[in-house]
Amino acid sequence: MTEPTPQELSEFREQVRAFLRERAPKPPKFKLPDSFMEVGTDAQFEYLRDWQAEVYAAGYLGLSWPREYGGRGLPQVFQSIVDSEMAQASVPFMVNVIGLFWAGPTILKLGSEAQKQRYVAKILSAEEIWCQGFSEPEHGSDLASAQTTAVRDGDDYVLHGTKTWTSRGAYADHMILLARTDKNAASKYHGLSFFLAPMRVPHVSTHKIQKMTGEHGFTETRFDGARVPRSCLVGNEGEGWSVAMTVLMFERGAEGGAAGGLSMVPLRVEQVAALAAECKRDGRPSLEDPIVRDTLVRFAIEERGLELSLARARIPGLAGPRPFAAPLSLKLRISEFRRRLCAFAVQLQGANANLYVGDPNAVADGAWQRSYMNAFSATIGGGTSQIQMNILGERVLGLGKG
Amino acid sequence: MQVMSRNTQTQLEWSEDHALLWNTASDLLARRSDFAAVRRNLTTELGFDAGLFRELRELGWLGLCVPSELGGSGMPLSALPCVFEPIGQRLLAGPYLTSTLATQTLLQAASPAQQRVFVPKLATGEELATVAVFEPDGSYLLDDPSVEAKPAAEGFELSGVKTSVLDAGAADYVLVSARLHGELAWFYLPASALVGRMQREVSIDETRRSARIDLSGLRVNATAMLEGDAKRGLAQLQRVAWLVLSAEMAGGSEGVLQLTLDYLRTRTQFGKLIGSYQALKHPMVEIMCAIEDGRSLMYRAAAALSNESSDAELALRMAKAQLSETYTHATDRSIQFHGAIGFTYECHAQLFFRRAQWSAFTFGDALHHRKRLAELMLGSHGPG
Repeated sequence: MTEPTPQELSEFREQVRAFLRERAPKPPKFKLPDSFMEVGTDAQFEYLRDWQAEVYAAGYLGLSWPREYGGRGLPQVFQSIVDSEMAQASVPFMVNVIGLFWAGPTILKLGSEAQKQRYVAKILSAEEIWCQGFSEPEHGSDLASAQTTAVRDGDDYVLHGTKTWTSRGAYADHMILLARTDKNAASKYHGLSFFLAPMRVPHVSTHKIQKMTGEHGFTETRFDGARVPRSCLVGNEGEGWSVAMTVLMFERGAEGGAAGGLSMVPLRVEQVAALAAECKRDGRPSLEDPIVRDTLVRFAIEERGLELSLARARIPGLAGPRPFAAPLSLKLRISEFRRRLCAFAVQLQGANANLYVGDPNAVADGAWQRSYMNAFSATIGGGTSQIQMNILGERVLGLGKG
Repeated sequence: MQVMSRNTQTQLEWSEDHALLWNTASDLLARRSDFAAVRRNLTTELGFDAGLFRELRELGWLGLCVPSELGGSGMPLSALPCVFEPIGQRLLAGPYLTSTLATQTLLQAASPAQQRVFVPKLATGEELATVAVFEPDGSYLLDDPSVEAKPAAEGFELSGVKTSVLDAGAADYVLVSARLHGELAWFYLPASALVGRMQREVSIDETRRSARIDLSGLRVNATAMLEGDAKRGLAQLQRVAWLVLSAEMAGGSEGVLQLTLDYLRTRTQFGKLIGSYQALKHPMVEIMCAIEDGRSLMYRAAAALSNESSDAELALRMAKAQLSETYTHATDRSIQFHGAIGFTYECHAQLFFRRAQWSAFTFGDALHHRKRLAELMLGSHGPG
């Protein structure tokens, strides 16, 4: 396709706006989660799944993915327009995040033709939900030490072990799974293989984990002899580590290729400024307090700096001298920013900050308190902030490994 | 409810001309303004390399963003960082900042006829001018100077003191802001009129030369007054100063980052490269992220100023506030992470440290700009 004209893009934007205006789902009676890591009830899941299916049916998801696998084969700019309009309209996020943002791009990049045909379109339509099996109870950030085993038996592999922090594990049809196929490999990195593992087969069980908020959203997933066909292997046996690294690049936003759509409820400083206008401090709106104002401005500068760094990274002559600094630090920066901003929003409420979800007098129904607690899922998941800083220090700044 | 103004413009300006200029300046200064060269100028009265200055004049660095009909290259203001970022990174000393500020002031504060007299010689570097806007109270509010001009026979009599007048000793003339009948006005004072009135200051940044000028009782002709738009002159002076200092600070932050990284990648303690310790590695990552953001904010500020975009003031103040803190912090940590050697005059970290202090506290520090940003973004609520 040739480069779209500004008029085509602006017409497309109008179509998206009209769709969102007319078809955005009505707010449900129950509380919606802020991110895919917080989907804890059947009602939440079904509501969000139906919304994703509707967005895809209308042609607004997977716009840049190939047509033969259910996408629309258009330039990325069309999906970017959809994503920004969704953020603007504050519609719910896409529930199949792991499929749309990580598993799908990985299958398109490294999967076999049969795997692309089998899985990709159903990721977009939310007919099949995906989850991720990387972390284990004994190995979180140290991913390469994973102990779940996959032993070859005829045309299958047989799985034994436990994966944990499985977001939407209870609703998932497939898992991207890192398992050990060779215990005697030269290094821990060489013995790993990467599978597109079915979840709804015998000897796979999921057990809900209660989060600090009191809600659910993660499961522990146990494999007690479950069988995975050999056709579910991505790449060759023993090449799982490099596939997992590709997933992590997508997961941390360091590489483009996602199907698009919102992955979480966007949070902007202006929302916290609006809260500051409603809360009081010393009998006056908090927005008049000089320290509150200075804090808001600091957050706004940081938000703007991050947004502009991504814009600068797209201009080759201006991206240097560290072109990977912005994309590689994205997950660290956004998750930490969100955590600190939520903490400040709670602080603005004065003594009312102590009222939580469920109290009729809680500020904004306790949403800021809940968001603050849930913000840790992103500062920890996908490699903790501390691991991210090691990666940036070593790969981008060339500092030695500890 | 919308209480914070929203700005979503992310357009940056970068043409082939920008790239060529930036690359030329970077390569040239990497060769000609290394640490040894910087140190050679610290103790001289002039404070800069006159030979290099002549070369850079000939390359057109002083008239970059001056209209071609006034003898300049006619580039947009967004080109300023292309030379000032490398200048900051290499700690180049010389009246480049000064001359740029004086020229951009004249383009607003002087009448077209006066511009035709003054600007072409500044654009080629044949003459040097500086601006005198700071006063003994150290205030950043420059629109209500205490230096006063009173009508006197055939002209005016001035009173008051200006401070931090950059490169006053090398300048052929000084542009002085003053109050005249309660309004802001600009006066052109040739160096010859200031003999005996200038006292060199001891600047924290030893690559800079600045002076205090006592104007009490100085009589000037009526023709010494600039006849353009005085307020616009001051506004443009400040905007250009915020951009140019931000560009210098972005470059300086990069310079000190590299200096610190070089040390962390070569110094060994307890049998390990010290950069492998997370207590040093993680702060360096945070500094790197801040530098990335600062540079991005600065290039947006350059584009916004150049296009007179509605977010220009916001973008410029954000860049100056963020980079003032980023640069001073990066130099502060550089001293600490070098260990005892970092505390010595011999270690180059002090060059960046002193330059960062000077840049952060000139034309508004971070606190000043964030306070104004709060008014711009959140409205002017409550007590000052």
